[in-house]
Amino acid sequence: MSLTSSQKPTQPLPSFPKALTGIIGLDEITGGGLPKDRPTLICGGTGCGKTLFSIEFIVHGAVMYDEPGVFMSFEEKAEELVLNVASLGYDLNQLQQDKLIRLDHVRIERSEIEETGEYDLDGLFIRLGHAIDSIGAKRVVLDTIENLFSGLLDQGILRAELRRLFEWLKVKKVTTIITGERGGGTLTRHGLEEYISDCVILLDHRVTNQISTRLLRIVKYRGSVHGTNEYPFLIDRSGISVLPVTSLTLTHDVTSERISSGIPSLDKMLEGKGFFRGSSILVSGTAGTGKTSIAASFAHEACNRKERCIYFAFEESPQQIIRNMRSIGFDLQQHIDAGLLKFHASRPTLNGLEMHLVSIHKLIEDFDPHLVVLDPITNLITVGTVSEVKSMLIRLIDFLQSRQITVMFTALSLNTIVSEQTDEGVSSLVDAWLLVRDIESNGERNRGMYVMKSRGMKHSNQVREFVITDGGLHLVDVFLSPEGVLTGSAREAQQLQEVTGKALRDYALNRKDREIERKRLVLESKIASLKEEFESVQDELNKAYVEEELRKDVLEKNREQLIKNRHNEQ
Amino acid sequence: METKEEIWELRLYVAGKTAKSVTALANLKRYCEEHLKGKYVIEVIDLLVQPQLAEGDQILAIPTLVKKVPEPIRKIIGDLSNEEKVLVGLNIRPAKK
Repeated sequence: MSLTSSQKPTQPLPSFPKALTGIIGLDEITGGGLPKDRPTLICGGTGCGKTLFSIEFIVHGAVMYDEPGVFMSFEEKAEELVLNVASLGYDLNQLQQDKLIRLDHVRIERSEIEETGEYDLDGLFIRLGHAIDSIGAKRVVLDTIENLFSGLLDQGILRAELRRLFEWLKVKKVTTIITGERGGGTLTRHGLEEYISDCVILLDHRVTNQISTRLLRIVKYRGSVHGTNEYPFLIDRSGISVLPVTSLTLTHDVTSERISSGIPSLDKMLEGKGFFRGSSILVSGTAGTGKTSIAASFAHEACNRKERCIYFAFEESPQQIIRNMRSIGFDLQQHIDAGLLKFHASRPTLNGLEMHLVSIHKLIEDFDPHLVVLDPITNLITVGTVSEVKSMLIRLIDFLQSRQITVMFTALSLNTIVSEQTDEGVSSLVDAWLLVRDIESNGERNRGMYVMKSRGMKHSNQVREFVITDGGLHLVDVFLSPEGVLTGSAREAQQLQEVTGKALRDYALNRKDREIERKRLVLESKIASLKEEFESVQDELNKAYVEEELRKDVLEKNREQLIKNRHNEQ
Repeated sequence: METKEEIWELRLYVAGKTAKSVTALANLKRYCEEHLKGKYVIEVIDLLVQPQLAEGDQILAIPTLVKKVPEPIRKIIGDLSNEEKVLVGLNIRPAKK
């Protein structure tokens, strides 16, 4: 059996038809939008964005996907709707004139209506059918059809008619959104989910620690895979954006391109080339160890390379950072003016973690940076638990790495134990981890820095002294002495001592040289005087010898003379 | 009687010749003949023919009887089988004492 089935001609299976919503993120979670030509139920409490969600579905359909839509409102009047979405930049009146959208306000006034005997909702069907046919609509929103329950008394008829309505909409081949108010214990107050079995999306608005987060969850999506988590979403000037926050795979591209950290001596510790592009870097350390300075230096260097950078500051205002960094020689203002650097400062308590993540996403989508700095992530802990912060950072890192954006986090560690993990437990997530720590000795405090880890490269294992000067950041080799590692003035003293020692040695060497020279001179002069002495002795000896000769000659002559004289006398 | 010069303008919305519509129209005619002889106008609107009219009077249910004049506007939905309710709704008879 299995053999024959595997040999079947491979027919491409008909894929489940879907209608794109155009809502950022939602189409990714649902794998292409809502089920086409079927009703979808969107339920949630008051003010959780149901109407906005559905109006976006209609407007996007009309504007982006060439699918006109009917918006049948049981709550808001057409004029109110027009005003409400004008703030999002959509002109519903114009769209209505262009026959792309049709708004229909259904008003039910209980006090005007008397019920007697049998009836059905054909009026609604005809009305909706007329609206659909008049513009050739492919999308329909019924917002909120449950209002019928308060307007009409006969629940039996109503339920039967609603069931018929949803079937009829399927036959009409329109993609429908039906909104429903959330009831206690059930998804909707009147159990609409019983009738709509294709797709149910739940919107929620949750407040934890006085911080609100909007969440979206797909409760059910028949015939399709979908993300099952609660996804935070954001409503802002551009409407709804949903964040597919958990990426399911770890399949992002990597590059072996390296980028400088802005601190040449730090680059030298990382094979002389710096960090990998697209990696995540954690700088952790105790208070006042220069984490922000390192981050600013990294950003400064990126901007110098003409790369865009976003700096998320959770602790200081941009002006404060700019001023402070100017004091160590980084002019960040010029990069802001050049449009390369963007600061985004907000208190972590401004909104929930997920909202932070969503707003970070949005900013990154808009600005498309090469580098992102988050300074510091520790403060996020004030709005969430450790595991929440960690899961947020995982998702952020995933997102950034999929876009090849380098990210630097700074984290404050509360104690000085070296092996201590950072509070957020992100150290296992990051690719590189720099640790800046205090080294306290001899009545002073100095900064030491080392590379805890750096994936994929041979990094230095040395502790360097980290010095902040007017001209920027430097790493200095620490001095090893019998007493241990020396930093700060102890290092300087040691350096001085070494200089002195060298001078002394040089001096001693010079003196010996001169001594030898002198000795040589003395000996040489001695040799000269001995030579002189020898010459004078030789002279003396020679003189005696010559005199002897002369005397001998003279005596000879004299004797000959005498002989001659004697002969002459004869 | 102050109602002497008033004319009841009644509109009955139907969708085709369904049993409910036919019953409703028959009932309505009967009540009017009985209580409003000579003082009423009935306009039957078939939404299958004129669907665009449904929006104006906020018609959802079929059949719906709309009383425009005299004020206040009232709507009576259903096949009008309950005479008492219809007459109250049309302001012909005051609500039960």
